[in-house]
Amino acid sequence: MADLTHFTLSEARDGLRARDFSARELTEAHNAAIERARPLNAMALETAEHALSMADTADQRIAKGDGGLLEGVPLAIKDLFCTDGFRTTAGSHILDTFVPPYESTVTANLWREGAVMLGKANMDEFAMGSSNETSYFGPVENPWRRPGDNRPIVPGGSSGGSASIVAARAALAATGTDTGGSIRQPASFTGLVGLKPTYGRCSRWGIIAFASSLDQAGPLTRTVRDAAIMLSAMSGHDPKDSTSANLPVPNFEAVLGGDVKGLRVGIPSEYRMDGLPAEIDALWQQGIRWLEDAGAETREVDLPHTKYALPAYYIVAPAEASSNLARYDGVRYGLRVEGDDLIDMYERTRAEGFGAEVQRRVMIGTYVLSAGYYDAYYLQAQKVRTLIARDFQTAFEGVDVLLTPTAPSEAFATGDKSDDPIAMYFNDVFTVPASMAGLPGISVPAGLSQAGLPLGLQLIGKAFDEEMVLRVAEALEDAAEFNAEPDTWWETST
Amino acid sequence: MIEGATGRWEIVIGLEVHAQVVSEAKLFSGASTAFGAEPNAQVSFVDAAMPGMLPVINETCVEQAVRTGLGLNAEINRHSVFDRKNYFYPDLPPNYQISQYKQPVVGEGMVTVDLEDGSVCEVGIERLHLEQDAGKSLHDQHPDATYVDLNRAGVALMEIVSKPDLRNADQAGAYIRKLRAILRYLGTCDGNMEQGSLRCDVNVSVRKPGESLGTRCEIKNVNSVRFVQQAIDYEARRQVDILEEGGEIEQETRLFDAERGVTRSMRSKEEAHDYRYFPDPDLLPLVLSEDYIEAIRADLPELPDQKKTRFVESLGLSEYDAGVLVTEKEVADFFERVADGRDAKTASNWVTGDLFGRLNDAGQGIAESPVSPENLGGLIDLMADGTLSGRLAKEVFDEMFTSGRPASAIVEERDLKQVSDTGEIESLVDTVISDNADKVEEYKAGKDKLFGFFVGQVMKASQGKANPKVVNDILREKLG
Repeated sequence: MADLTHFTLSEARDGLRARDFSARELTEAHNAAIERARPLNAMALETAEHALSMADTADQRIAKGDGGLLEGVPLAIKDLFCTDGFRTTAGSHILDTFVPPYESTVTANLWREGAVMLGKANMDEFAMGSSNETSYFGPVENPWRRPGDNRPIVPGGSSGGSASIVAARAALAATGTDTGGSIRQPASFTGLVGLKPTYGRCSRWGIIAFASSLDQAGPLTRTVRDAAIMLSAMSGHDPKDSTSANLPVPNFEAVLGGDVKGLRVGIPSEYRMDGLPAEIDALWQQGIRWLEDAGAETREVDLPHTKYALPAYYIVAPAEASSNLARYDGVRYGLRVEGDDLIDMYERTRAEGFGAEVQRRVMIGTYVLSAGYYDAYYLQAQKVRTLIARDFQTAFEGVDVLLTPTAPSEAFATGDKSDDPIAMYFNDVFTVPASMAGLPGISVPAGLSQAGLPLGLQLIGKAFDEEMVLRVAEALEDAAEFNAEPDTWWETST
Repeated sequence: MIEGATGRWEIVIGLEVHAQVVSEAKLFSGASTAFGAEPNAQVSFVDAAMPGMLPVINETCVEQAVRTGLGLNAEINRHSVFDRKNYFYPDLPPNYQISQYKQPVVGEGMVTVDLEDGSVCEVGIERLHLEQDAGKSLHDQHPDATYVDLNRAGVALMEIVSKPDLRNADQAGAYIRKLRAILRYLGTCDGNMEQGSLRCDVNVSVRKPGESLGTRCEIKNVNSVRFVQQAIDYEARRQVDILEEGGEIEQETRLFDAERGVTRSMRSKEEAHDYRYFPDPDLLPLVLSEDYIEAIRADLPELPDQKKTRFVESLGLSEYDAGVLVTEKEVADFFERVADGRDAKTASNWVTGDLFGRLNDAGQGIAESPVSPENLGGLIDLMADGTLSGRLAKEVFDEMFTSGRPASAIVEERDLKQVSDTGEIESLVDTVISDNADKVEEYKAGKDKLFGFFVGQVMKASQGKANPKVVNDILREKLG
């Protein structure tokens, strides 16, 4: 039998329905691939036995003809999603023994649709990072390497484990979460499709919070069609999340297979920044031509407050994080380091439990909310956020979707930016504006850099118009014909 | 006013009352709010701040806050916001409290407070906001560990902030009692201070009359009306003494030590928490429609002030009696059941006189009254139809209070029925007149006071059962 790990999700789904192979066979193949991929350090927990039992259930349902959207499809789950009875760490020492007694809404939706859990994907600690180097469980490696160069490359972050394991063909798809780019940037770095839905499309219930007003779950997949299928399964109104949108879930796959003739694509001039690498700009121009060739109109649009988005994001997100992470205090669950008194216990627990990047953001967040600084930082950042949202609104009066690069660079080598937080934060420069406005964004693999690493292009849509984003993404995907795969160096490494 | 060495000082008091909302479930979780459960038996994942848990507003609590706002004649804000108040404490699992900071659900209002001397003062309400209660730290379970009970964590509180309109401890006490009455009438808080469902923070400052406000101290968590009053008196005197010795008041948070009747410094302004308030991103702003508010307004019960007016204007009660009856909703309800279809003044006299007297002696509240309103009404009916004289009625009432039985059964059993039969009474009168010929002479000679003697003799002869009015009439006729 052909290698069952090289299907796309939709191919695998169709093969399962046609009984070409069983969910058990598919899962066994992926369990084995995950085991072989251990050198990538992409998984925080492997749940091979559980996966097989889920696969058997799926096989029974398929046999009865009542399988769900993802019946028998093996997935990796970012370790930020609480999974009932399975350790969920958020990549942090402070939660490294935490086993939730409840299941996040998004993963519950996936299981309802028949998906199989292969394990929990490694990630930047509390989703704070753009290279997956901040995990307590060690950095994740990108399956991609520069040809002829054995130096490890980062997979991006914070959903780096999810991206890495899907790019390594060890899972058909993975869940990620995106606060400022944590799905789209790793997708760009690993040659995958990464979709951040509109804020409110997927429930946040049971996802460990980083920045509540920005966090949004979404899929990392190998194709746009796979992303559409995953999104249909993941999303939906949840009364347990007050910010979840009470809207019907479209069949996102159904919008695919059309064309983009006459659609209007905006090109935000402010994204053409100083210092943007020529190859990124060239790919962007190529993307414009592809869409024009496919019949879309392109036009320049203005998003005048773009340059304030990143600084404002690095005020709002840490502010919310400083409060969200206050609950990890050693009192009720997770790590506790005993101290001389209560305050000492708090301090020791959090000093030992949180890594440097998390501590940095908690301190920034605490500072910007402090008396005397709130107005100058937090309040000002919220005003900027309103202006950014207004920019997009105005732009979308004249266009259906925006096309931009996903990240300002290709994937970089492990350790390259870990001593320079500002350089690291700059990774999110193209993804953060849509996050601040709550808009859907997708990264589509569009080509390889001169060094031979994947590069993505980003499409940003109107709120709750993922259908448009997916339609145009498919056109981009068709034009780019990105079918490169990383060498499987990890299969032979010892 | 307090008298100091340098003259009179005015006390300025503002109260922050934390009233636990009557609701089945907590403010942002489905856990039960019932009092007295085993520790940590009523704790949801949200209350315990488990990772990934999210708050969802309990509509009942919002409705209760709006109802309370309307009962306080206050402005209801169509748009309000929940904020996080950040501080670390083990009885606060997320280490932030969800509260309302800049945009509370209820704005300015007004409470009319009746004082002991019959005068009335108006106390402004600054705001009312919804917030979560904390759990309880138990320090007495283990020699060197603190236990935490989270049953109360997340229960809804209304913080009701008065304007600094109160000028002495009596006014403060009367304000709390009035506020508690309104909350109970509305059914939005049970007002039980012993169980902690009503707690007060007291802000006290002093100034010379006419001067601007002095620096205030906040006294935290004072949990009875008496303690509030003691705390105010102590704190005002303390501040006057400092000022008169040339000192300055430091703005600080103080604690009331109930055992010693003093306030003690808890933390200074410098040590005050920086709560880092910001809007809770897990919750949407609370938006209330006009229809929603009007539906609650239409459903408001009659409140103490309205009830008092009705008792005076429609039932003819005195201001004083009406005021006494409406203080507690249970008393007013009791009275209304007694007065139903009967003379209201008589009913009021029985309730505020004999019944209150006996209940006070027994240390009981109206809810424990052995005499039901129906039975008290029955007693009044027996007086109205002439079956019982006033004197007999009091005897019967005493027995009703002891046994809890209805008046009619007692009258029946003890054969206490009043005699109104003129023939029977006439013969008694005749006997008394003939037995006391000398007194009759004296009476006829002008000693009018003896009339009472004859009445007494007839009543005695009837064993108290003769109808006094009939006795009077016949005596007057026979004595000429």
